[in-house]
Amino acid sequence: MSANKHARTLIIGYGNPGRQDDGLGPAFIQQLSHLETEQVHLRSNYQLTVEDAYDAQDYEQVIFVDACLNSGQISKLNSNQDKEIPFLFEQIENTNDTGLGSHSLSPNGVIRLCETLYNKSPKAFVLAILGYEFDQFEECLSAPANANLQAALRFFQTWLTSQTHA
Amino acid sequence: MKTKKARILEIEPITRVEGHGKVTVHLDENNEVTEARLHIVEFRGFERFIQGRLLWEVPVIVQRLCGICPVSHHLAAAKAMDMIVGVDQLTPTAEKMRRLMHYGQVMQSNVLHFFHLCSPDLLFGFSAPAKKRNIFSIIKEFPDLAKKGVLMRKYGQEVILHTAGKKIHGNSAVPGGINKNLSLVERDALLKDIDQMIVWSQEAVDISKNYTLEHLGLVESFGNFKSNHMSLVREDGALDLYDGGLRAIDANGNLIFDHMDYRNFDQFIMEEVKPWSYMKFPFIKSRGNLDGWYRVGPLARMNTISFIDTPLANARHAEFREFSKHKPANMTLAYHWARMIEVLHCVEKIKELLHDPDLQGSDLILKGERREEGIAVIEAPRGSLFHHYKVNENDQVTYCNLIVSTTHNNTAMNLAVTDVAKKYISGKSRISEAMLNHIEVAVRAYDPCLSCATHALGQMPLVVELFDADNNLIVTGSQFVSK
Repeated sequence: MSANKHARTLIIGYGNPGRQDDGLGPAFIQQLSHLETEQVHLRSNYQLTVEDAYDAQDYEQVIFVDACLNSGQISKLNSNQDKEIPFLFEQIENTNDTGLGSHSLSPNGVIRLCETLYNKSPKAFVLAILGYEFDQFEECLSAPANANLQAALRFFQTWLTSQTHA
Repeated sequence: MKTKKARILEIEPITRVEGHGKVTVHLDENNEVTEARLHIVEFRGFERFIQGRLLWEVPVIVQRLCGICPVSHHLAAAKAMDMIVGVDQLTPTAEKMRRLMHYGQVMQSNVLHFFHLCSPDLLFGFSAPAKKRNIFSIIKEFPDLAKKGVLMRKYGQEVILHTAGKKIHGNSAVPGGINKNLSLVERDALLKDIDQMIVWSQEAVDISKNYTLEHLGLVESFGNFKSNHMSLVREDGALDLYDGGLRAIDANGNLIFDHMDYRNFDQFIMEEVKPWSYMKFPFIKSRGNLDGWYRVGPLARMNTISFIDTPLANARHAEFREFSKHKPANMTLAYHWARMIEVLHCVEKIKELLHDPDLQGSDLILKGERREEGIAVIEAPRGSLFHHYKVNENDQVTYCNLIVSTTHNNTAMNLAVTDVAKKYISGKSRISEAMLNHIEVAVRAYDPCLSCATHALGQMPLVVELFDADNNLIVTGSQFVSK
């Protein structure tokens, strides 16, 4: 049950690929597979769970990638931008989140569990990609969500490269 | 019309029940509870979605159903497809690999439910401050317990990883068998921690048992009502989570039916529709809709079975039966004790299977005479799970019907909610958050897979709403402050 101690970044994409744009997180991981190295580990899941906190303790930073249904935060982000950005990328600062379902957890909850159980505080970021279609059982992303995914991938690869070389 | 002054309260959502559910509690003019109902927003698109898909795809696709119990759906669909491809008996390697996967799934699900979902209520009390009733308070005050919960859950997930091929989106169970065996490396990795899991599982049984005995007054008065119970049992009456015949007993322990072939389930189970709920209400046909409803899941299984075929869990089952005076236990809160006995059983079975050389066998898949219909039942963590499919000559699914555990327990959960609401809310001039939490505790004892029951992914909160005698909404949610 031991994880690679030398790995630096854990990227977890989560959501249900059978629920249209809810699959943005797993699709992100799938399209990022060429980046997996000893330093960068990729995970995909339906939702976050308590054992993610166990795994997170071995990483310096953890990135949570999820579909975003509510564009409110993204609109706020875009208010000072010339060009619309269809995703949100921000560091988790406040881990006062106690949300826990029987099989799921929020990113804040995972990091707080990691802190309280294992005294480890990896840097954590949320990458929320705007999706539009969630109501049907269909295993494909909508066209605009796929465009948002590509934009998020371009942004993230640049960001990750800068992090790796920092 | 008489006008009552509405009390408007703001309440934060419940976070420890999956899916999109709502409890409505109706009060009369004296604030007495007249009825309470659990509503689940139904979305039955999945049966339509699956139509047209090839039978080979189904065991993988059904995992998309809700994402909460993917392994249970994976195995139930694979069993139904076994029937369609004409395989009534798998190879030893295939059946044991599937069983190993299933024990890992039931173990990890039950562990998470108890340690992280319900332990705050049990250890701090139903009326403890809402801010305290969460996993982080458990970590603070019972850190060893919380860590054991995480590691036990992780162990169950490792079993799934090595048997399903992946922790999620597993694809190893295929029509007619399995597409991988367990390598010696995988076996040894799982054997490394198995004895620790057995020790911790026994401790978990002790915690749940002691809670029941130390809070007997509460347990006996909280959602305690007579019901029928149903589950699969092995041919000799033993607990069998993967296969067997259906056994149903009444509230006194008398057999209603036994070793019923689940392939004929529609001859003895019916589903009733009620105008106020999107979810159906199954009942045993011979008893009628008023008396034929039943419970499934850990409590029902401990009541229906004759014994458990692993020694430690069997001894704990004997204790449980002694406690219930060898009659069916009908206490909602006894679900927790029953659930932990099942964890111990699963861990014992995992150890037994890991020492079985059949798991390294290479005879994995069989073929038989093709059929047009497949029906399967397994005992999922929350109870009996029915999958029923029909396929055409092109191997495409033309019909799909799923009856999940939450649907089987629909009537029982409604009765539990009503019982608790009457005891803790009736006649009170002020409805406190703690009172509402009692209702949630009753729902959480069943751990309804609301997403699964509605066939919709999501974590929409369970909302509790109170209506006064004039049907005005006066309270909503679970945590609130008066305005």
